[in-house]
Amino acid sequence: MTRGDGETGAASRTGTGTGSRDRILARVRTAVADAREAPEVTRDYLTTHTPDDPAAVLDLLHENLAEYRALVHRTDAEGLPPLLARLLAERGSATVLAPAGLPPEWLGATDAVRVQDRPESTAAELDAVDSVVTGCALAIAETGTIVLDGGPDQGRRRITLVPDHHICVVRAPDQVVASVPRAMVRLDPTRPLTWISGPSATSDIELDRVEGVHGPRTLEVVLVSD
Amino acid sequence: MSGTFVGMPAFPEAARDAVGNTTLRANLRHATHTIRDKRAKAVAELADWQQLREAGKQIKNHTLRHLERYLVQLEESVVRAGGTVHWAADADEANRIVADLVKATGEREVVKVKSMATQEIGLNEALAAEGISAYETDLAELIVQLGRDLPSHILVPAIHRNRGEIRDIFREEMGKWGRAAPDALTDSPAELAEAARLHLREKFLRAKVGVSGANFMVAETGTLVVFESEGNGRMCLTLPETLISVVGIEKVIPTWQDLEVFLQTLPRSSTAERMNPYTSMWTGTTDGDGPSVFHLVLLDNGRTDTLADEVGRQALRCIRCSACLNVCPVYERAGGHAYGSVYPGPIGAILSPQLRGTESEIDASLPYASSLCGACYEVCPVAIDIPEVLVHLRERVADRGGKGHRLEKAAMKAASWAMDRPGVMAAAERAATRTRRLHPKKVPGTGAWTDSRALPELPEKSFRDWWKGEGR
Ligand code: SF4
Repeated sequence: MTRGDGETGAASRTGTGTGSRDRILARVRTAVADAREAPEVTRDYLTTHTPDDPAAVLDLLHENLAEYRALVHRTDAEGLPPLLARLLAERGSATVLAPAGLPPEWLGATDAVRVQDRPESTAAELDAVDSVVTGCALAIAETGTIVLDGGPDQGRRRITLVPDHHICVVRAPDQVVASVPRAMVRLDPTRPLTWISGPSATSDIELDRVEGVHGPRTLEVVLVSD
Repeated sequence: MSGTFVGMPAFPEAARDAVGNTTLRANLRHATHTIRDKRAKAVAELADWQQLREAGKQIKNHTLRHLERYLVQLEESVVRAGGTVHWAADADEANRIVADLVKATGEREVVKVKSMATQEIGLNEALAAEGISAYETDLAELIVQLGRDLPSHILVPAIHRNRGEIRDIFREEMGKWGRAAPDALTDSPAELAEAARLHLREKFLRAKVGVSGANFMVAETGTLVVFESEGNGRMCLTLPETLISVVGIEKVIPTWQDLEVFLQTLPRSSTAERMNPYTSMWTGTTDGDGPSVFHLVLLDNGRTDTLADEVGRQALRCIRCSACLNVCPVYERAGGHAYGSVYPGPIGAILSPQLRGTESEIDASLPYASSLCGACYEVCPVAIDIPEVLVHLRERVADRGGKGHRLEKAAMKAASWAMDRPGVMAAAERAATRTRRLHPKKVPGTGAWTDSRALPELPEKSFRDWWKGEGR
């Protein structure tokens, strides 16, 4: 192999339809050959719609999460383990799945059996777990969204998907941003990202909202302030 | 298993049938009005909506102008991230590529995330012909698939079915495809959703191959993005070992930052939410998390023809939010099926005839499936001037030999209810100022209104002025 860069290199690394690749690109080139130059984008939209006040941003997050039917709780570092223990007990969860990097003290007060997510665990095994507890990468106040990026305290995407009950811990103010633009600059697109706004829901039947079609039926978010 | 749009009657006839179906009309009216009102509220929350809309339009225009550069960059990014990129000039080629990829895995079943690109190319039917079962996993798509039916709305494809019909479909059909619906299934939406959950979970947990589309592809990073609500998307995108995404070439955007615009405008325009429940973003493959094999199939299928049309190319900006459907008086009356394509409503009326050409009766009739009231343009988050493209396409059809006038008459008749509503018609007439040449003086038809009155003279003021001044 010699020079692997540029178009030729890219073409050799693609799958089927290489002939079509060149044809499509040629058609694209011809199609816009006479088109007017399109200017670069004007970004005069707002980077946030919320005053820069951490307490107000946290309140907004709380409100928007709740409006999208997540159950929201607030506590501090000390109150977190007993709160998690109570939330698991209230649901009668006998097993709790936690990613390897979850701070061990978080689950220090629960007697639910801790299940590890092993690479070889099957989806069916996950399906049998009662609850899952994770951290997050960040949370967005204006949209009521938590974002997971597969970090050590969040684990693989499937563990927050298959079990029916997800508790997500958000550390305020560090992990709370006001807006989508503020979130984008902090996220790493090379990681798999899952944005979650409220529990799984459908409105496909006569627009009646039903929760928990495939993803967790219940999303609880714990806002931990220091 | 599902039907096909090929051979559909032209819009006027199909619309006339739909207008006569009162259940369908009531369902549609309920749906479009509910979403429309909620959407206006969600949009009003953002003081910079017009700036976001303008930025969205500019991002898409810039991308389309330099599409070659961004497609090549996207390909490099996806390959760098561990994916394989395939190019498909048309539906047949795309279907063949996907079928071969599935066969190479040794599997005979795939789970699918709702995707208009794969509907556009008839992928499910093509896979079935190769002995591969493709299961739709979006609740509405499942309803449509089990009912051997066609989707009627971009966002809520089964909106033409009510709960009683859905229960009957589930009871009769689920057992033929997998886990049967419970015997005592009632028509409560919660119970119906639960039946779907159990029926599909069995498929998700064993699926080895997932097939999806994507809402966006980021050239700079190679990231693909899927917006959804139910979690079926996440299931299909993360549980299988192999993921195949079929995406139109117009879905690329240049940068990661560009996504922040659409993450704000798409959910609010579409489901009228601040954010949809789940958005998945993946960049190639990630060790130990999600599929270990990722294929991206880039689809042309008429898009480069559309791109070559100076006026029509703006249709490629569409982000498929469906806002234009929900405000369209003709769509509300005629229903999605009348458009004879996976793209119904105002966007379908300009996209389908461009992707497929205007040779067939249905495609030639689509540019007439509008009252030109302009409401679709006003709500469009990427500011596509749908009326402008409609008029442009009417000229194209009319230039080809006289068919236009007849089609217009028929389409106007199908939409004649609008004429009973002074507000709607007033808007339509004002919008028509710049399209005089294409408007008949008197609308021939059977409705009382059209029989007794000639169309008023077209006023000078444009629809948009009216909308901003007196409208709403
Ligand atoms: S044309 Fe505009 S309003 Fe209609 S679906 Fe596309 S983006 Fe949405």
